Formats: sequence, structure tokens, C-alpha cells
Amino acid sequence: MDQEMTCKELVELVTEYLEGTLPEEARQQMESHLAGCEGCTHYLEQMRQTIFLTGQLREEDLTRQQRDDLLELFRDWRKD
Amino acid sequence: MDAKLDEMTLLNLLRQRDEMAFTQLVEQYHMSLVRLARLFVQDEAVAEEISQETWLAVLQGLSHFEGRSSLKTWLFTILTNKAKTRSRRENRSLVFSDFDDGSAPFEAAPTVDPERFNNTFAENRPDHWSAGSEPASWAGIPEEILLSSETLALLHKTIDRLPPNQRSVITLHDVEELSSQEICNILEISETNQRVLLHRARARVRQALEDYLQAEH
Repeated sequence: MDQEMTCKELVELVTEYLEGTLPEEARQQMESHLAGCEGCTHYLEQMRQTIFLTGQLREEDLTRQQRDDLLELFRDWRKD
Repeated sequence: MDAKLDEMTLLNLLRQRDEMAFTQLVEQYHMSLVRLARLFVQDEAVAEEISQETWLAVLQGLSHFEGRSSLKTWLFTILTNKAKTRSRRENRSLVFSDFDDGSAPFEAAPTVDPERFNNTFAENRPDHWSAGSEPASWAGIPEEILLSSETLALLHKTIDRLPPNQRSVITLHDVEELSSQEICNILEISETNQRVLLHRARARVRQALEDYLQAEH
């Protein structure tokens, strides 16, 4: 297996890396590459940031209408 | 472990017809259900309907729920089944097999523009970021910009425009934070397919974000 990982290869492995499913050898090669490559380090950081921001898209609050509808649903069910 | 205990407490209270428990649950999960339904049906009102039907099904099925899966999984599974049924009935179903399902030849396609790398046969640093194409650090970008409503709107729009399968996976994984196993069960795809779809979806979102941030600065 090739010793040096290229940037082109690395960018296709970031998801597995972040999910922790990358085989040990590839993981080591990747970290070794990252240690010496600013571009890829930034790419990985960008990916982490992207994932974090995507996680912020969760809307939590119900509208009043939704709340009313659901309470009515519950109370109707409770009656039976 | 704490979350499960909370869940069990809520479920028990719910079985006793406690309204507070129900309120807490809907506050926690209702919007996620609606968002999940929207992966299958276009209409917002229909998505809302399906979500409400799901809550009713949960209430009616309380005595049968054995707790082998988490409440969240149970909720999402019921919703998915209803949404699929509904979308099939309305003939506007997203047939997952018609689109990128995360298998070859889609698998092979690069997720970063090949132009950004030196040629494979270049003498100097082949397949490495070419000069001027290296990704920049975002560390210096202020939080207010990253977390601004404009940025989030861009992310939202980008995800909405993804191919359906990619959109489903990134929504369930990165927005709803379901586990890979749960996602595979809900979407009926393999672990590998799921990961490929997630990879491609994330790459597109990152690219959109990069383009946007670069334009702003």
C-alpha cells in the first residue's frame, strides 16, 4: 500500500475519519498527512464547522397552532 | 443512561395520561417529526398531519411499546411508515432507487473540484492542493457571522436542494442526530450507502458555505 496519502485522497476520507470508521492504517496515514499539510487541516476544520452549523438548523419551538392542535389531540384521546 | 431514564419516566407518566409529560415530548420531538415527514412529502400541511397522526398512534400504542428501541426510534419509525404510505398514495413518492443511493458509479465521483488539485502526473506534489486553491482557515471568522440567520438560511437552502437521498441522510444524521443504525433502518439503506450519501451531502454543504464565506470576506 502506498505510503503517502495525497490531498485528493484525503478529502474523500474525511467522513469516515470523523465517523471513526476509517481502518487504523488509513487513519494513521491521514493524521501523518494532516500534520504536514495546512490545506487539508483547514479542510477538515471546515468540515467540522459545517457539521456543527448544520446541527444548528434544528428548530425547536412549536407554533401556538401546533401546540393547540396537539393538546386537543391528547385530550380527545384521554377522554376514551 | 440519564436520557433513557427520563424517557421511561415520561412514558410511565404518559400511560397515566399525564398532560405535562405529553407536552414535554411534543416539545422535544414534534418539529423533528415534521422535518422527517418533509423528506417524503412536499406539502407542509400534509407533513404536519402525518406528524399528528404519529402522536395519536403513539398514544394508542403505549400499552404495546416494550421499550426495546428508544422512544425516538419508535416515533421516527411510525412516522416514516406513515409518510411512505402517504406519499405512495399521493403518487408523488420519492423513489429512492431512482436517485443516488450511495452506490457506484456515484460512489466514485470526487466531492471536491479536481481543478483544485495538482495533476496526478505533475512533478511537484501531484494530487495536492494547487497553489491558490488551498482551503482557508475559518478560525478568524466571527461567530456572529457563522451563526447568523443568513448563514443558516444558506445552509437550509443548500440542504433543501440536495438530491433527495443526500438530503435525507444529512438531515437525519447532522440535523436530527440519529445514529447510523437508526438512519439505515428508517431509510432502508445499507451502512455503506448511508456513509457515501452523508459524505457527498456534507461536501456540497461545505462547498456552499465556503463559497458564501469567501464572497462575504
